Amino acid sequence: MGFYFGFVLIKSEAISWYRIVEMFHFQSFHLFGVIGSAVITGIVSVLIIKSVHLTTIKDEPIDLKPKPLLIRANFFGGLLFGLGWSLVGACTAPLFIHLGAGNLSILLVLIFVYIGTITYGAIKNKLPH
Amino acid sequence: MKHILDFIENPLPWYVSGPLLGLIVPLLILTSNKQFGVSSSFRHVCSWLKLSKSAYFKYNYKEHEWATWFVFGIFVSGLVFLNFSDIHTSELSETAKNYFLSKNIPVEGFLPKELFSPTNLFSLYGLLLLFGGFLIGFGSRYADGCTSGHTIMGLSLLSSASLVASIGFFIGGVFGSFFILDFLF
Repeated sequence: MGFYFGFVLIKSEAISWYRIVEMFHFQSFHLFGVIGSAVITGIVSVLIIKSVHLTTIKDEPIDLKPKPLLIRANFFGGLLFGLGWSLVGACTAPLFIHLGAGNLSILLVLIFVYIGTITYGAIKNKLPH
Repeated sequence: MKHILDFIENPLPWYVSGPLLGLIVPLLILTSNKQFGVSSSFRHVCSWLKLSKSAYFKYNYKEHEWATWFVFGIFVSGLVFLNFSDIHTSELSETAKNYFLSKNIPVEGFLPKELFSPTNLFSLYGLLLLFGGFLIGFGSRYADGCTSGHTIMGLSLLSSASLVASIGFFIGGVFGSFFILDFLF
């Protein structure tokens, strides 16, 4: 599944540094189209799954509980993440794709991603959620 | 065989690649009853490697092993397709091409090689890259998800948390592009 996801991320050019810079400058419709049509596909599939009560291939009932709303955390965390996304020109999955391609700078960026994660864990209780 | 290779290497329009991307949502739900996300794996890896003593990392990471395998699959796709196939990208918009031209950034492949060369890490942009990495880790955990978990998976479930987070991602990204990158290059 990860392999499929990585492949379509490459094909949609969502891993392209240029495309990210272009999107955040509103210079092209490409990634808006990609993200928009991906979300619409997701919404329609979930609606279908729910309306015909599909089960998984292992016959388990499907559990679709969305993440809890933590309005300040979602928003402020989102702002910081978005800033990082634009500075690096890649979000989380594309970083692993570039790492797979053999980019050493990306390895260092990823180490800082983990440092960021650890820092969040350490100061979580002091932040508004 | 040739058709497969053409499909892999030739650019796809957004209205094909976008829905293919969205298909990951039903695929994961139907095969493994999972809601996916990439950034949750950061937490699981820290927990697994015992990189921190915070309570945030104390839980049974083994239950979430699949998320790390999912990310490993993403890594392998980069390894395979970006090293052993010649994937062509579609043309950027004219405005974007002129923008990169005016900033002296050659457009080739998926990343500007010079900006991402290890020696460039000691430049101002190199520092910003590392700082950006820090923000990606910190922000995605604070927001409880990243572009995959919130924007693709979460919005597909019509989750309000994901809508708030995705709006945040976008405002942060536009700010970084217009107020930081534009001054740097």
